[in-house]
Amino acid sequence: MGSGPGEHLHVEGATLLHRMPAHVKLVGMVAFVLAVVAVPSPAHVVLAGLLVLAVGLVLATRVPARHVLPRLAVETPFAVFAVVLPFVAVGPRVQVGPVSVSQTGLTAAVALLLKGTTGVLAAIAFAVTTPPRDLVRALQHLRVPDPLVLIASFMVRYVDVVADQLRRMKVARASRGFSARSVRAWPVLAAGTGALFIRSYERGERVHLAMVSRGWSGRMPMTSPLEATGRDWAAGLAPALVAALAAATVMMVS
Amino acid sequence: MTTPVLDLRGVAYAYPGGHQALFGVDLHVHPGERVALLGPNGAGKTTLVLHLNGVLSPGAGSVAVSGLPVTEENLLEVRRRVGIVFQDPDDQLFMPTVRDDVAFGPANLGLRGAELDARVLEALEAVGVADLADRAPHHLSFGQRRRVAIATVLAMRPEILVLDEPSSNLDPASRRELADILRGLEVTILMVTHDLPYAVELCERSVVLSEGTVVADGGTRELLADGDLMARHRLELPVGFSI
Ligand SMILES: Nc1ncnc2c1ncn2[C@@H]1O[C@H](COP(=O)(O)OP(=O)(O)OP(=O)(O)O)[C@@H](O)[C@H]1O
Ligand SMILES: [Mg+2]
Repeated sequence: MGSGPGEHLHVEGATLLHRMPAHVKLVGMVAFVLAVVAVPSPAHVVLAGLLVLAVGLVLATRVPARHVLPRLAVETPFAVFAVVLPFVAVGPRVQVGPVSVSQTGLTAAVALLLKGTTGVLAAIAFAVTTPPRDLVRALQHLRVPDPLVLIASFMVRYVDVVADQLRRMKVARASRGFSARSVRAWPVLAAGTGALFIRSYERGERVHLAMVSRGWSGRMPMTSPLEATGRDWAAGLAPALVAALAAATVMMVS
Repeated sequence: MTTPVLDLRGVAYAYPGGHQALFGVDLHVHPGERVALLGPNGAGKTTLVLHLNGVLSPGAGSVAVSGLPVTEENLLEVRRRVGIVFQDPDDQLFMPTVRDDVAFGPANLGLRGAELDARVLEALEAVGVADLADRAPHHLSFGQRRRVAIATVLAMRPEILVLDEPSSNLDPASRRELADILRGLEVTILMVTHDLPYAVELCERSVVLSEGTVVADGGTRELLADGDLMARHRLELPVGFSI
């Protein structure tokens, strides 16, 4: 089947973060990110501190840097935006080296970069330590409605199958001399996308048939429940607590 | 006379679009039998299979599984008794790991905990893939996926195993291994196939379906030796193969 998107995100391991129950980790991660976002933008030092905390979390996973660093690429659009911000924002201007930039723009840009990187790092720490199966179980535990859990779980399962289908269609087109170089190729690409959609839809119908044939009645059975102790929750929520305290302190001081 | 595991009487079915696929099919399969369901493309084999566990319900006629009529209120029990293995294992294996997938059926029947784990292991061992329990289905070879697909159904301890094209896309070695596994299972089997040598190898009895009706029912060897019948219903043995 080859390697598809999302395939090698999770890395086996036995660290504290690997062992922590997935639903605890998920709640902890989301709460941490929300708290970081709540920190007022001018508090760069506090944000930097939280970034260090996030780096610490990633280091604690013991996953090699070459696996982690490429994942940071998802932040690129925000980084670009952050770089542009000081130049386009209005308000009082300050001199940075040879150029004059907007004061508020600069503050916002630095905060954006710090918060963005912290968020991405926290998500990476979660993703590399959580197998897809546990992510699905975590959603189930957190009472996410069954249809959404199923959509997530089918995406994990079928992303490779669909990617493979797409690849085969590409090869089939290319073998008949097609190349997508000009606008004239667009109708062909659109038709291909349509065909892929129909195939996926039909696959969905067949999967549904297979589920019904094995006694599916609309409810997802919880087969192996995750278990979390009070200590797990304490550890999982600790980073979020730190961030929330930091945010509250900054808000009260300013 | 024992109660037949499958008892179909005058089953007729037309798809909502209006295409009539089955015209009054009669079929009985008794406990312990291995029966091949043969027939050309479009004969209605898959349509027939979908009647066996109530996914489709006949426009006329009736279906009963070990005496239990296939009706709305019996659906869950019927689906436990009739285990269908579909042609493409990617359709059958939809959970993140092999273990979860095999557990899906028995869990729907209400099994939990140690009992469920034991059932999963038993099914995986029956097809010789217990070591794959924690793998993701999309990382398995096609032959492994086909076996796991069979395990997902065996885990429900069905009375009859219905297989749609079990030997398709398998290399010769996997094809033979699967035959050994199927022969070793103590369960009634109905096997839809275009692979006539496979039918000869595994099933003493065959039923030929053509254009929505049963046109022949008897010993597999005798049927396949009947050149006329074979030609009339577009059935061909591979070149070089003789009964
Ligand atoms: N969903 C559907 N809607 C309308 N007609 C259908 C549908 N599915 C199958 N048919 C038609 O019903 C007839 C029987 O189809 P069926 O799939 O049962 O054949 P089959 O014997 O399984 O063929 P194959 O050997 O190719 O798998 C065919 O003429 C087919 O075109
Ligand atoms: Mg078919």
